[in-house]
Amino acid sequence: MAILIDEKTPVIVQGFTGQIGTFHAKEMMDYGTNVVGGVTPGKGGMTHLGRLVFNTVKEAVEATEAQASIIFVPAPFAADSIMEAADAGIRYCVAITDGIPAQDMIRVKRYMRRYRAENRMRLTGPNCAGTISPGRAMMGIMPGHIYTQGNVGIVGRSGTLGYEAASQMKALGIGVTTSVGIGGDPINGSSFKDILELFEEDSETLAVMMIGEIGGPQEAEAAHFAKENMSKPVIGYIAGLTAPKGRRMGHAGAIISAFGESAAEKVEILQECGVTVAPSPAELGRTVAAVLGKAA
Amino acid sequence: MDIHEYQAKELLRAFGVSIPSGGVAYSPEQAVYRAKEIGGEKWVVKAQIHSGARGKAGGIKVCTKDTEVWEAADQLLGKRLVTHQTGPRGKLVHRLYVEAATDIESEIYFGLVMDRQSERILVVASGEGGMEIEEIAVKKPGSILRQSVEPAVGMLDFQAREIAFGLKLPASLTSQAVTTIMGAYRAFRDYDATMVEINPLVVTKDGRLLALDAKMGFDDNALFRHSNISELRDKTQEDPREMAAADRGLSYVGLDGNIGCIINGAGLAMATMDMIKHAGGEPANFLDIGGGASPERVAKAFNLVLSDDKVQAILVNIFAGINRCDWVAEGVVQAVKKTNPQIPLVVRLAGTNVEEGRKILKDSSLPIINAETLAEATDMAVAAWKEATGKTTSIK
Repeated sequence: MAILIDEKTPVIVQGFTGQIGTFHAKEMMDYGTNVVGGVTPGKGGMTHLGRLVFNTVKEAVEATEAQASIIFVPAPFAADSIMEAADAGIRYCVAITDGIPAQDMIRVKRYMRRYRAENRMRLTGPNCAGTISPGRAMMGIMPGHIYTQGNVGIVGRSGTLGYEAASQMKALGIGVTTSVGIGGDPINGSSFKDILELFEEDSETLAVMMIGEIGGPQEAEAAHFAKENMSKPVIGYIAGLTAPKGRRMGHAGAIISAFGESAAEKVEILQECGVTVAPSPAELGRTVAAVLGKAA
Repeated sequence: MDIHEYQAKELLRAFGVSIPSGGVAYSPEQAVYRAKEIGGEKWVVKAQIHSGARGKAGGIKVCTKDTEVWEAADQLLGKRLVTHQTGPRGKLVHRLYVEAATDIESEIYFGLVMDRQSERILVVASGEGGMEIEEIAVKKPGSILRQSVEPAVGMLDFQAREIAFGLKLPASLTSQAVTTIMGAYRAFRDYDATMVEINPLVVTKDGRLLALDAKMGFDDNALFRHSNISELRDKTQEDPREMAAADRGLSYVGLDGNIGCIINGAGLAMATMDMIKHAGGEPANFLDIGGGASPERVAKAFNLVLSDDKVQAILVNIFAGINRCDWVAEGVVQAVKKTNPQIPLVVRLAGTNVEEGRKILKDSSLPIINAETLAEATDMAVAAWKEATGKTTSIK
């Protein structure tokens, strides 16, 4: 088992016929993802990349029994698309789009709570690289070839730093069950803790690498969760030791604005909670290897 | 995006927040004219810069004669004010706000923020005004009142009343307090603000509730739907390099070190900067050139990094995902030929088509130092910088 997606998961692409949607839908299909169709309002009935295009997510779900959706819709309209997916019965949604207004995301999260827990859509992102279960399926924009299938879960905010971790692990022969990007925005669909919960329940995952950064409370919350509720070892890293206070470091969420949000403070909290923190970003792979070696 | 005090006050006034009478001035003559318009016998001349703590930096002057207003304005205009929020270079004063002085009975802190913990708008108030909220949180944490806004219905009147009564305001001011609180909330909501701060909100000796200072910050991601807010942007208050970067679609933050960084992805950029520090160097900047690192973008990034004369070595670290290393390498070669940097350059490529990319760099016969891993790249960059400058420690 992997988490969130596997080779069977039927996936639709929202923003399917746009330039970015087209490029990545093709990459996903080449990787083996079960892409069953797409949605572009006004282009329903067309065939694109050999798959049917629908006007609405509801129509797409009825016709294809899609369970997952990936969003490439431009930022001003992306929140609406996410809520459309939630209402149409999509179970898992990956929002790639960067630049969604924070108040739109507040609205999205409030809207998703309208549904009972068992019918509620899970969202990861926005502003993320997506999710990949190596060797099985990819919903995202990552280079699939840098991941090998294995037993370590990865969850992180940053795309390229996640690639760095995966490739360091691959070089040491360590593979990945699923790698989940939760995105760099201040208000995101799933937190680190939400994803740790899934990895804890997944029988194939033996350890989890958590790649955080400055800003926000989610890394600390996840560390406390790991301490109290997880049997599996967690390896952590926090980017941004050199980041000055009050400056936004690229990601909308990467800004130190409150106590406990700097990298040094987060590292301390992680260590207090028993998370093994990689001493530098060049030691991500080796730290995972050391923890796995100890666990074996 | 941040705006000036006088702009924030104008916005808030439209939502029912009371402010002292005042006007903006660009010259000492205008300042005197404003004071006459306002009338009375006491005025405050306030430097308009994007920073708090202006009073401590000498940016706020109380005057009782029009000659004093003229002198205050003359002193402030064109001056660089340094506060703990501006950095050592400070911010240049181009505009003033002249306001009727207020006789203060008591001061209140009032603010709205986007709270990441609850993922809601949070209203914060304290009867201990005049201090910054961080200071209140340390010295008088018990005085802080909070109301979390339920997104489905928005802020409700009773929540505003709870704050008003919690602040122990005189009963005669309750309805004005509710108007102020609800107005500030509506401004926050309607304009996609990330922060509204009225500090202090004061009760005057003659029993009115006035916003003496106001700060607003806005969500850059939502500016597409608020052209009236974009108009308020004052580019003189922004770092020129950061602005140039933003105009080219790059994300840049200037720092104080000597090793210039060109990296794709915010997380990898921060991690690389951390590695430079580990290796004994100091990064000169944060620079994320984004996912699609086209040759044009790489060239723009080189120009930007080289425009900082503190930079004495450059480190390029690209993990190619959707794009290809050979393409990035072409971009680096073109940029180096065009900009001809006379300082050491270390390039680390990883990801798609990495072998082709490294070959292009080698075949270019340019003095580029090739690194394979992140650790190698940062070690080499710091070593090259030390060798080139003869320094052993980074100078801030």
